[in-house]
Amino acid sequence: MTNSNLTTRQKVEASMARRRASETRFRLYGMASVLFGMLCLVVLFGDIFSKGYSAFSQTVLTTEIYLDADYLEISTTSDEQALMNANYEGLVKNHFKTEMQPSGRKERRQLYSMISAGAGWQIQKEILADTSLIGQTITIDLIMDDDVDQWFKHDHGNDDGSTRLSEAQLGWLDSWVESGDLHTRFNTTFFVNGDSREPELAGIRGAMTGTFLTLLVTFLLSFPIGVAAAIYLEEFAPKNRLTEIVEININNLAAVPSITFGLLGLAIFINIFGVSRSTPLVGGLVLTLMTLPTIIISGRAAIKAVPPSIREAALGLGASKMQTVFHHVLPLALPGMLTGTIIGMAQALGETAPLLMIGMIAFVVDVPGFINDPSTVLPVQIFLWSDSPERAFTERTSGAIMVLLGFLIIMNTAAVVLRRRLERRW
Amino acid sequence: MKKALLTGAALLATLAGSNAYAERDYISIVGSSTVYPFSTVVAERFGKSSSFPTPKVESTGSGGGMKLFCSGVGEATPDITNASRAIKSSEIELCAKNGITDIVEVMVGYDGIVLAGSNDAPQFELSRKDIFLALAKVVPATDGSDTLIDNPYKTWKEINPALPAKKIEVLGPPPTSGTRDAFVELGMEGGCKKFPFIAAMKKTDKSKYKALCHGMREDGAYVEAGENDNLIVQKLVANPDALGIFGYSFLEQNEDKVHGSIIEGQAPTFDAISDGSYPVSRSLFFYVKKAHVGVIPGIEEFLAEFISDKAMGEDGYLADKGMIPMTEKEYKKVVDTVENLKTIAAK
Repeated sequence: MTNSNLTTRQKVEASMARRRASETRFRLYGMASVLFGMLCLVVLFGDIFSKGYSAFSQTVLTTEIYLDADYLEISTTSDEQALMNANYEGLVKNHFKTEMQPSGRKERRQLYSMISAGAGWQIQKEILADTSLIGQTITIDLIMDDDVDQWFKHDHGNDDGSTRLSEAQLGWLDSWVESGDLHTRFNTTFFVNGDSREPELAGIRGAMTGTFLTLLVTFLLSFPIGVAAAIYLEEFAPKNRLTEIVEININNLAAVPSITFGLLGLAIFINIFGVSRSTPLVGGLVLTLMTLPTIIISGRAAIKAVPPSIREAALGLGASKMQTVFHHVLPLALPGMLTGTIIGMAQALGETAPLLMIGMIAFVVDVPGFINDPSTVLPVQIFLWSDSPERAFTERTSGAIMVLLGFLIIMNTAAVVLRRRLERRW
Repeated sequence: MKKALLTGAALLATLAGSNAYAERDYISIVGSSTVYPFSTVVAERFGKSSSFPTPKVESTGSGGGMKLFCSGVGEATPDITNASRAIKSSEIELCAKNGITDIVEVMVGYDGIVLAGSNDAPQFELSRKDIFLALAKVVPATDGSDTLIDNPYKTWKEINPALPAKKIEVLGPPPTSGTRDAFVELGMEGGCKKFPFIAAMKKTDKSKYKALCHGMREDGAYVEAGENDNLIVQKLVANPDALGIFGYSFLEQNEDKVHGSIIEGQAPTFDAISDGSYPVSRSLFFYVKKAHVGVIPGIEEFLAEFISDKAMGEDGYLADKGMIPMTEKEYKKVVDTVENLKTIAAK
């Protein structure tokens, strides 16, 4: 070993510590950013879950109530109109009036306000299902008003809990809690009801059905169109100026803010073609415009990934271009295309901005049955609830976010699993 | 599989195409986000207690609702529009241009706008003049002359020695909001015209008067907190030094967290708003297209439900949602308007 070699070695050794330190520092930066990201996620999820978990339980009061035929003015059970329109709400109010003996008009009103407006509809539903119940005493879990619900779930037991309930109301509630009649149960209402202005009756079924129908329209339109466009552009189209312009424009479209598609939808689908506002049909059409670029781009990438040897082999054996594409290239590219489609759909699932323009920010109680019934979608429902004055909507907002997140996670997992399962490597 | 999908799509398109023009059997309501909570309650109750489908209520804002409403006659256009202000003459003209000449105006009730603070902070006692001086972009000079200067006030005490020495910080809605319009018109302008030289300006230079009285300061004392009133309530709880502007219904729902400031000696209570003694309150309306009555099923029945005593009355369910009912005399007028479907006379 020569002297100069030694000095180089020494130089290297001397710089080692510095280089190692800089590597460690870089790793620490990386770890810190990952940790920061995770922390944000944990805080966000923690906040949503801590606010939203209580949306899945509901406060009810077990009551024995006499279904007085005279009070309901139902003489024959065959009279459907009378069954529909009987004063069930009055019956419930009357029951509590005789049971709790409120003194004076003010207390009576306070008593009535503790029971949900839906209690009458609960009785109506029972009777319509089984008319022989009229004249009998039934035991039923009556839904309580949102103020009572919030008190029982959050403030009950801690004395400093501020509440909108009065002394008299708290007195009645304490007696019900003691007797064990007031309890919580799983909130099925949240999953089987449409929207409502009474938080205790509001549910996400309408929004979920609307979401499903909208995505169905989006899928049925954007998948075939997207796949066809991708195949044509990749396999058949000549490479010239024109196709280049088309390609650039598709890439640009993918980056256009989504609200623009809403404006486009309003101008074209509603104003020119006369599709009715607030329907899954028009929503699906607009979201199709939005997801198409994503599907085309991912579809082209998937087709590009199929090795040319497969095409050449098929052509060499005498298959036509069309046969080559549909028998060999497409089946191999399909998993990649599906993944792109699912990701595009997941994007569409969480979209509100373009729907704003086409009237899907609407109060819709009835669950939509077909693609031209008025409806909303889940993210819009979340937006509407977050803007409602009743405090009980806060937890329902978070509850609906949890459901939406659940769907998004399922869809993205499906995309990952599909890719893992079906992907081929060459 | 692709073939099946393609045929499916084609089938869907034709099905939808034929149905998109099918007769609408539900009532379509658009308009103000302030009236939305009340309109929706009535719509829901109407849907549950009648054989008609539940009306669809869209929240588009008063102006946006009018635009849709006036875009023509026919089932593609809404039947009813909600408004947190009266219809403008320009909107009546727009309607007339598109063939809508018979419009029925129905007053719903009152809504108070409150200037609220956290329950951890003392209650403010303000006059409209204080509000104007605290929030306007330009104010009369402090020396009492008739000149205008950029708003110099930093704390409430500088405006009125009776007020606490706290920084001026007010959270409120952005200019697109009807609540903001009403607050500016009733609160700000109300204080603005207390200055004689500004009041005189109304006659000589109306646009300058308006810019002066309606201009909110932009130096951070007034914070645009978005259209979400719940957010403003949350921010007030977190920051007891700030005040927030929102509708009475949000105050009512959050009375355990926030309180309304006293304005001109009146606290924003149910009674003070309904008898008109609380100064910052406005009327809410909805407008019905008479040409649609009898064409779209259920409009008359819906109107009947809206003006019924159990909805609009003093103890009605709308009052439970925070709407302030009108006086007996006004109510009678509304009932008369609806029963006879009296249209607004062309102004």
